[in-house]
Amino acid sequence: MQSSGDTASAAPALEARGISKHFGAVTALDRVNLRLEAGEVLGVVGDNGAGKSTLMKVLSGLFRPSEGEILVDGRPAQFHSPRDSHRAGIEMVYQDLALAGNLPIFENIYLGREPGRTFGGLTLVDHARARRLAAEHLERLQIQVKAIDQNVEDLSGGQRQAVAIARATAFDAKVVIMDEPTAALAIKEVGKVLDLIKRLKHHGVGVILISHRMDDIFYVCDRVMALFHGRNFAEAPLNETNRNEVIGWIMGTMDHTEALEHDKAT
Amino acid sequence: MVVLVMGGVLTILQPEYFLSAQNLTNIIRQIGMNALLALGLYLVILTAGIDLSVGSVMALSIMLLALADVSGVPWPLVLLIGPAVGTFFGIVNGLGLTLLRLPHPFIMTLGTLNAVRGLCNLVTDGRPVSGVSDAVRFLGIADIPLPFGGKFAVIPVSAVVLFVCYAGVGLFLKKVSLGRHIFAVGGNPQAARVSGINVDGVLVFVYAASGFFAGLAALLMAGRTGAGYPNLGIGAELDAIAAVIIGGASFFGGRGSVLGVFAGVLVMGLLRNGLNLMNISAFWQQTLIGVIIILAVWVDVLRRRTGNKE
Repeated sequence: MQSSGDTASAAPALEARGISKHFGAVTALDRVNLRLEAGEVLGVVGDNGAGKSTLMKVLSGLFRPSEGEILVDGRPAQFHSPRDSHRAGIEMVYQDLALAGNLPIFENIYLGREPGRTFGGLTLVDHARARRLAAEHLERLQIQVKAIDQNVEDLSGGQRQAVAIARATAFDAKVVIMDEPTAALAIKEVGKVLDLIKRLKHHGVGVILISHRMDDIFYVCDRVMALFHGRNFAEAPLNETNRNEVIGWIMGTMDHTEALEHDKAT
Repeated sequence: MVVLVMGGVLTILQPEYFLSAQNLTNIIRQIGMNALLALGLYLVILTAGIDLSVGSVMALSIMLLALADVSGVPWPLVLLIGPAVGTFFGIVNGLGLTLLRLPHPFIMTLGTLNAVRGLCNLVTDGRPVSGVSDAVRFLGIADIPLPFGGKFAVIPVSAVVLFVCYAGVGLFLKKVSLGRHIFAVGGNPQAARVSGINVDGVLVFVYAASGFFAGLAALLMAGRTGAGYPNLGIGAELDAIAAVIIGGASFFGGRGSVLGVFAGVLVMGLLRNGLNLMNISAFWQQTLIGVIIILAVWVDVLRRRTGNKE
């Protein structure tokens, strides 16, 4: 959890320069830039098909960009698979949570990276240690669960989200990317997840938050950027913009605040 | 539980036969083949897959090892042939599924079921191969005498083989990362993939393991029969699937236990044995096994439903 908090390095925790991604004749991303400081929460907004998810899949190593480069702490990085991005300290929390419901909480947290002794690619898993580490980690994030042995399928949506976030931050993550973490949650659970994001920020973790919910964006983010038709459209620190302007960006309109107010009035 | 009840019922109905040492070792020998095939299928079913080819692969393994044996290949090499042939076709199944991206393992393994059965007949033009040597038959037929009791107080070597395989797979699934990944792939393949697990690798592994156990089952069968028959094990895959399902594993993957699978194998074995002792025809046995499959899964559905209400 302790990440590159030293203020000496001016390089952003994660930077994407000129990222393009083509699927056949379709251009999903067109020279997109993104910058994230350590301990910063960046909101990414955009309409469906604006390229948010594609960009995040590029940053997490699931897709390889057609053009452009990714820098971690100022150093160029090549991601061929999620394993590579994990190694660089970049973690993704997927919208569908990507947890195995038939496995207990602690196993989900360490899935694919089980603690234990390794012999030639196979790990003799130390379940006792995994349990202990998972319990400590959940406590550090102030995530409460009934038992660490509970199967994930028996948890509520918010608890699952918390486990997914705990999983993403279990290995010194510098950057956590979250895709609509509150979309499927009951209202009273939304606040808990957002507070958890604030705690990550407090621990020096950079967070990229994709969300449609302006309430979420304006509650936790430091900065917000908008994609439109696969391009950078607009970007501003949170205290220099407002909800209506950001909603305008999503629809591809600049300075459209007044028209929106007008729409509202009628 | 069901196993104990069945054991009890059989003891009462057939007191002089059922509990005799001879009958018990007989049961163990009879279930050997199904136990190994079911163990392999259990690994496959854990990933929400299916392997229909195990009966054919077992038969081809027997044919090839019998042919090698009668043509004078040294027995230690012959012992390796069964598992090697099985593992080979298992890998073929796994690669067909992952490289060719066939939509469901049913299709790939249905293909190998037929193709390999054809090969069984092709290698000898449909003739059986008899005269397997005693050294090769050891695993399937030999007994380890116990220091007490009479002539029939023995442990079949095949029981030791089963114990080692079941304990080994059980520990592997619990303790080794790859074993846990098999459960993860069955529970949520997408989650496994983004966790950095090589999902295709896991799939190839489980089909290879299924083939390996089919090859090992071939060794036991070669031991019992002393010969290779090209028609051996037709429909054996269905018995193995039945045992896994009766044992409580989920067809949708990620759920089940090695003990459950063994219980499933025992239920089917005891049923066959008990009905034989009572002189009930094989036709009724098959009917009953069908009913038990349905009942076993239904009971499981009921149990899960009440479990969820808590």
